[in-house]
Amino acid sequence: MSVLSLKNISLTLSDKKILHNINLEFLPGKIHALVGPNGAGKSSLAFTIMGLEGYRKFEGDIIFKGESLKDKSIDQRANLGITLAWQEPARYEGLTISSFLEAAYSPEKGFKPEEALLKSGLQPDLYLKRAVDKTLSGGERKKIELASILAMMPQVVLLDEPDSGIDVESLDRIFDAIKILKKRGSTVILITHSLKVLEHAEDAFLLCCGHLMEKGSSHSMCRYFKGKCMPCDHQNVPEAADAK
Amino acid sequence: MPNNDALRLYKTAHIDKALDDPNTAHLTISHNKVISSQSLPGLNVIPKEIKDGVDIKIVLEEGVVIKNPVHMCFGMLKQEGIQRIILDIDIKPKASIFIIAHCIFPNAVKVQHLMNGKIKVGEHASYTYLEKHIHADSGGVEVVPKARVMLSDYARFKTDFELLQGRVGKIEIDYETICLAHSVMEMTSKINGSGDDIIKIKESGLLEGEGARGVLTSRVALRQNARAEIFNKLVATAPFTRGHVDCKEIVQDKAIASAIPIVEVRDPKAHITHEAAIGSVDSKQLQTLMSRGLSEEDAVELIIQGLLS
Repeated sequence: MSVLSLKNISLTLSDKKILHNINLEFLPGKIHALVGPNGAGKSSLAFTIMGLEGYRKFEGDIIFKGESLKDKSIDQRANLGITLAWQEPARYEGLTISSFLEAAYSPEKGFKPEEALLKSGLQPDLYLKRAVDKTLSGGERKKIELASILAMMPQVVLLDEPDSGIDVESLDRIFDAIKILKKRGSTVILITHSLKVLEHAEDAFLLCCGHLMEKGSSHSMCRYFKGKCMPCDHQNVPEAADAK
Repeated sequence: MPNNDALRLYKTAHIDKALDDPNTAHLTISHNKVISSQSLPGLNVIPKEIKDGVDIKIVLEEGVVIKNPVHMCFGMLKQEGIQRIILDIDIKPKASIFIIAHCIFPNAVKVQHLMNGKIKVGEHASYTYLEKHIHADSGGVEVVPKARVMLSDYARFKTDFELLQGRVGKIEIDYETICLAHSVMEMTSKINGSGDDIIKIKESGLLEGEGARGVLTSRVALRQNARAEIFNKLVATAPFTRGHVDCKEIVQDKAIASAIPIVEVRDPKAHITHEAAIGSVDSKQLQTLMSRGLSEEDAVELIIQGLLS
């Protein structure tokens, strides 16, 4: 029984069709991956699920625990149990990491801000009073984003390129955090270009030019990374796919 | 022993405990009366009551470093009236002081708080001034602080103006600082406006001495029908001067904001930059907080709190 179902999702932005009749099922407590080349529609699909500005008018339906998300705002979706971590997280002048984590903290389910920070690989003593601003490196900012998700502990987490800007050593902490989410019963959807990230998923979906090309085990999807945009024959030329 | 007016002002500013410390200097003025003061060796504070306020001369002797912040309360508990503060501050060479001015008008309906300051910071001296305002929720205050500041060689001057509690009413800041060689100036204003508040900020810095540095920063959040005009000017006339003007304003509802950053360079070896951003709350910031479960209203509030913190 899936926790999140996408039913014939099509999305058009600026007169260009970005997603074409996507049907997907995400299972509770599983780690899924969405893979595909640049422009495949991976992030657009995540933004549509979260209901971000500009991604609310789509065809089809998104069903979360039997309930349609179609008319729900971002915060309503979040309070139902869905969240998203951006590839490039927002920075906030003056807002402390402590306040940022407190805003996400769910006392019933989530880790306290200090614990969440520690589990993301950052020392609370050094970070809680700092601002979520441009003085943080990209990697630090990603870890804080992840910490806020551990503090929230939602049922479905969309992680957009969780490894971008992260050094090799820190990447293991990110994977540890993903394992914690799974262990606590969260469904994790990894949006990735990275073979290393894909290897942590249990199954994967390959998107290309807004089409769902293939579903399968993450192992079977690894061949996508071996050189070609397969199984497409247009090798990542969007116009070629549209013309087909 | 401070009287009841002083105690009420201290409590409003949350400084009643700090002032029990015999090593903390302070001066409390309610309307045009000096009601409490404490000085320290090397720090001479000479207040003189005038018709509608107080004329204050402050001299910090050469080489004297005051460790604890000096608290000055400029308040008025009455609903109406004018409070005029004339400040003449002379920080002698190699001296250092941090003054926190608490400007408290919790019951104001029609109050004018007029401040006129003349400040001189000597060579290698340091002067830090934080002005925190606490106003009534009705915003019946007109605040007009003016200051002319002269920084000698290697002097440091940092000023922060905060008006975050209660309604602004009308405010018109006018600060000008002249910076001689290798001096450093930082002027920051943080104001939260709502209702029909009117905010005018005019800050200018003249980097006249070689190697002088200056930063002018404004952070303003406006809601409802509030209006703000920010006029920041940095002029560099000497080599190796460095400066930056930074203005950010968040505008909501029917509020109107304008920013005029002026940078003027008259020496090819000087370098001044500026940035100004006016608009609604950043969409990614807002959506990130909403995706953690905050309502749009709460998310905006948190972002503004951060900006003005």
